[in-house]
Parts: sequence; structure tokens; C-alpha cells
Amino acid sequence: MKIIVCVKQVPDTSGKVAVNPDGTLNRASMATITNPDDLNAVEAALTLKEQTGAEVVVVSMGPPPAEGMLREVIARGADRAVLVSAREFGGSDTYATSQILAAAINKIGVGEEDIVMCGRQAIDGDTAQVGPQIAEKLGLPQVSYAAEITKEGRTLTIKRMLEDGYMTIKVNTPCLITCIKELNAPRYMSVGGIFECYEKPYEVFDYNTLKDDPLIDSTTIGLKGSPTNIFKSFTPPQKGAGMMLEGADKDTCDKLAGILAAKHLI
Amino acid sequence: MDFHLTREQEMVRKMYREFAENEVKPLAEELDEEERFPMETVEKMGKLGMMGIYFPKKYGGAGGDVLSYAMCVEELSKVCGTTGVIVSAHTSLCCAPIYEHGTEEQKMKYLPDLLSGKKIGAFGLTEPNAGTDASGQQTTAVKNENGDYVLNGSKCFITNGTVAGTIVVFAMTDQKAGNHGISAFIVESTFPGFSVGKKEKKMGIRGSSTCDLIFEDCVVPKENLLGKEGQGFKIAMQTLDGGRIGIAAQALGLGEGAIDEAVKYTQERVQFKKRLSQFQNTQFQLADMHTRMQAAQYLVYAAAMKKEKHEPYSVDAAMAKLFAAESASDVTRRAVQLFGGYGYTREYPVERMMRDAKITEIYEGTSEVQRMVISRALGVK
Repeated sequence: MKIIVCVKQVPDTSGKVAVNPDGTLNRASMATITNPDDLNAVEAALTLKEQTGAEVVVVSMGPPPAEGMLREVIARGADRAVLVSAREFGGSDTYATSQILAAAINKIGVGEEDIVMCGRQAIDGDTAQVGPQIAEKLGLPQVSYAAEITKEGRTLTIKRMLEDGYMTIKVNTPCLITCIKELNAPRYMSVGGIFECYEKPYEVFDYNTLKDDPLIDSTTIGLKGSPTNIFKSFTPPQKGAGMMLEGADKDTCDKLAGILAAKHLI
Repeated sequence: MDFHLTREQEMVRKMYREFAENEVKPLAEELDEEERFPMETVEKMGKLGMMGIYFPKKYGGAGGDVLSYAMCVEELSKVCGTTGVIVSAHTSLCCAPIYEHGTEEQKMKYLPDLLSGKKIGAFGLTEPNAGTDASGQQTTAVKNENGDYVLNGSKCFITNGTVAGTIVVFAMTDQKAGNHGISAFIVESTFPGFSVGKKEKKMGIRGSSTCDLIFEDCVVPKENLLGKEGQGFKIAMQTLDGGRIGIAAQALGLGEGAIDEAVKYTQERVQFKKRLSQFQNTQFQLADMHTRMQAAQYLVYAAAMKKEKHEPYSVDAAMAKLFAAESASDVTRRAVQLFGGYGYTREYPVERMMRDAKITEIYEGTSEVQRMVISRALGVK
């Protein structure tokens, strides 16, 4: 059994977001982190690894320095890493990226018992499109917004967290799951893992590695193959902290009703 | 000298920082206030390999290096001096002498539990009448008819004492032989005749447990003799050389942590319609504080790298500890001054850092002892 986890190196938006004059992110001037939701996917994979002995393969598309991030994921417990990196892939939007990642996952190979995991969305683009698109390209059943995963044989029971409630569904492997932060608390790298991570298998898939896959076509990859045009990039305005009322008594309910009435919401 | 960290050292520092920020900092105030030992943190650190950083994987260690260990104590101490010294005393004073002087059987028996944090280690050398003059040991170890050793006496100021499962203890096997009559033993806290005495109430590092150890006809099996009979003093001195790197790293972290707090506070606090950071006094104070701690860091890292390469490092460790400890005391005191009245309250962490820093000038060799070591190396007698 194998679990392939897709991860992305993203700008650290907890600091100042730098935007180029053309509206795109100035990635070079910003510190990078592993996309937070992707770490939840990594944690889910490592938990399943502990239960089943599965191999965890982590894959990312990005420039060569993304190796550092992949090594960090190995230091958390992944077994090997693949970096998908080529000039031909540069400038890809979600459509082109999922095309390329799907080809890379095909190359790694998805067997009957295997699972592909992704974070829900990346904090730089906030699209939540790549995971589902990869599933479509690979013809895999997909379950998005996973907040709880249990596995029995080839069947996964997944609790999806949606805006208005939960949905629990069962799916058989092979499948693709996108994970949300409520799923788990990502573990730290371990000291032993760090001192071993540069000795673990690491491969780079370039254009030549993937060019024979039918998904790789000059009209569907890179900037040319990306139908998206960026209109504007901006830092979303900070939301207020909100107010928490605790208690299930009448006073608390009255207070809540009073606040809502004062805002003319009821 | 190469001042660049390896990619693994950069990565491990990042991990320590995240761990310290999320798991250690939120507890620091409570541990100090309630004099509580953070057992839950030790458990977490054990799982992450932080209780056995520079020991081989064969014995359950993390396979790292001495500098990565020093950086761990430094990063922990930036936010909590208590947690820093727990790792330092455990690693340098208990795991290290067993690893460096133990037989293969002793290493296989004791190191896996220590290095994984399942057991905490301590070091029993100091006695009421044998402090800086460690040769004045009054605890005795007498051989019984089975060839095992019977220990009698007491130790004081033992870091990790109340929680340790494994303790490296020193006792006189030949009272006439002076330094050469001291031997080292690996003592388990479950051995009959061993007990923990009074717990000290301290000025700083109040979450770390410091106590007396009592030996009343405590039988230690002969296979638990560490090194040979009469080698104890040498083992103790070598162990303290390594320990000084740990305490120097603790001092380094405390000083750096106080600077982090002062930089943040002086940019927020407004007096005379200006932020404190806009006053030249603040800027110059912080520049001096940072320069001192940066110099201390170079000394500490150099000593750690020499130990890693098995080069003589005794004088380097002494200079690192002397300078880092005195700098930490100075820098934390200046940080309190920059905070003014608020710095003197327990609302802010700098007063705790100032109290924690003082001990680094005292334990594992006072600053005066370090000066003795350094001046002797100069041939000044």
C-alpha cells in the first residue's frame, strides 16, 4: 500500500504579502512555508502509515529550492519524495498544474490499495481546485474536505466537514482525499528524521520524465496551457476576532438575541 | 572557522523554534509560579529525539551532533530556562558519561530508555561539603561479600533529582587516595537504600527539580561501576566539561530570549509621545546586548564543534560558560531596566529570565572555577 501526498511550497502570508506591479505575488521576496492544509494531509498519511505500514511518497511541483520543503516532510516521517520541476511547467495555473501532477502520480503509480492525499487548498491561491482536478484526470473517486478518516480493508470512511454540517461517506481505494485543518494536528519533524532526511530517496521528474504521458501536451501545461488570467492579487482584509458567548442558559440566549436584534439581523 | 550551519542544523533549529514557541513558551510562567516539573514536555521531547540528540541510533539516540544539542538547549531557554536545564542536565551529565565511559552492556541497558526520554537522568557529585572542591567527597562505597558496592552518604543540589530514574553517582571507594579514591556508579532510583530528600526552593529555574539524594546502605551491583575504581574524579571533570556547553547554551538562550522580549516591548511602549525604541538609549542598550550575546554564541558553538570533532575543548567550554553566563545576567538585568516598572512584575517574562540567568554563573562550575581553568591553560600559576 502506498499513500501519495501532494504538497506545495507557498509564501508565508503571516508576514507582509509582497505583490508585483502586474498583480502577481512577488514570491522571491517572501519567506516560504509548507502549505498548512498539505501538512494535515501529510499527518493523515503518516497516521495511516503507522496503522498499516504503508509507504508515504510526497510529491510537489515547484522550482529546485522546493527540495528543502520536501526534505522537511521526509523529516516528519515520509519515506521518499518527488519534485516535479521544469521550465516547461512554469507559470501553470490550477488546470495545468493538476495535469502535470496527475502525470507525475501516474509515473509513481497508483495501485488498487493506494491513496492520493492533498490539502484542501493553498494559502496563496485559495482555489481548492488542484486536488479535485487531479482526481478527475486520474479517474479516481474523490472525497473533499475530510475531517475524519478511518480505514478498514480497502474501505475508507470519511467524515466531510461542510459549511452547513457533516457528511459521512465510504469510498474504496484507490481514491483521492483532500484534507482540512480540523482533521488532525500535524506532528513536528523529529531530530532523528532530520539527520536522516537527506539520505532518503529523492527524485526529480523533469519534462523529459513526463513528456510521454498523454496528459502532457504543450497546449495544456505551463503558462501557454493555463486558461487563467490574473486580474488582481490582494491581501484579504482582516476579519474581526468575533465574539464568543458561552453557556446554554436563558441569559446567554437572551444576550445573543439582543446582539442580533441590535444589528437588525432578527 | 566556518560559521555556517549545515542544512540539517538549520532544519533542526527551525524545528526547536516551532516546538519551543508552541509547546514550551505557553507553560513557562506557570512552571515558574507553581514550581512544577514539566513532565508532559519531557514526554513530547523524548518522542521527537530531543532527549538523546547527539548519540548514535544504535543506542536509541537521534544521530545528531553536539552543536545541534547546544542549539536545542539555547532555543528552549529562550522561552523557558527550566526546560533548557532539564535537557542539559539529562544529556550532558547522565547520558554523556554513560555513553563515553560505560561498557557495551551498560550502554545497551541504560541508554535506550534515557535517550528516548522514558527515563530522566541526573548526576550526583555535589555534597554539602564538596561543592567547588569536588574532591572532598564524603559519600562512601564499600564492597560487600558479593563484590557489590554499598553506598552511604548524601548529595545535594541535584538537578532532575526528584524525577530521575537513572543517576550517575560519585563516591569514595578509597578514602586515603584523595581524588584517585573516587569512583562513579550508575544508580537506579529503585535500588533499595536510595531515597530523595529535601527539595530546594530556588530563586530561578523553579520548574526544574533540585533536591538531596540520600544513600542508606544502598547496594549498587558491581556491574554498575562506571569506568574503573578510582577513575571517578576524572569522569566527573570530563563530564562537567561537556555540561558547561549545555549551561553556556542555556545562558545564551536566556540572554537572547530577553532581547527578543525587549525589542518587542520597546517598540510598543510609548513615553514622551515616542516609542521607547526611538530613544537612542534604548537603541544603544539593545545593540550592546545583542553584540554580547552574539559573541557568546560564537564561543558556545565553537566549544560544541570542538567536542563534536573530539578535539580538546575544556578551556573553550570554560570560556563559553563564563562569558555566556555573565552576559546572560547582564543582558537580562538590562532588559528588566528597559521594561521599567513593568519589567519588575511577573506580568512580563524578563524578571523570570533575570532570576533564571543568575544560576548559570553558579552551577556546573562557578564563574570563578571557569577563570581557574582558563588561567591555568595560560600557564598562570
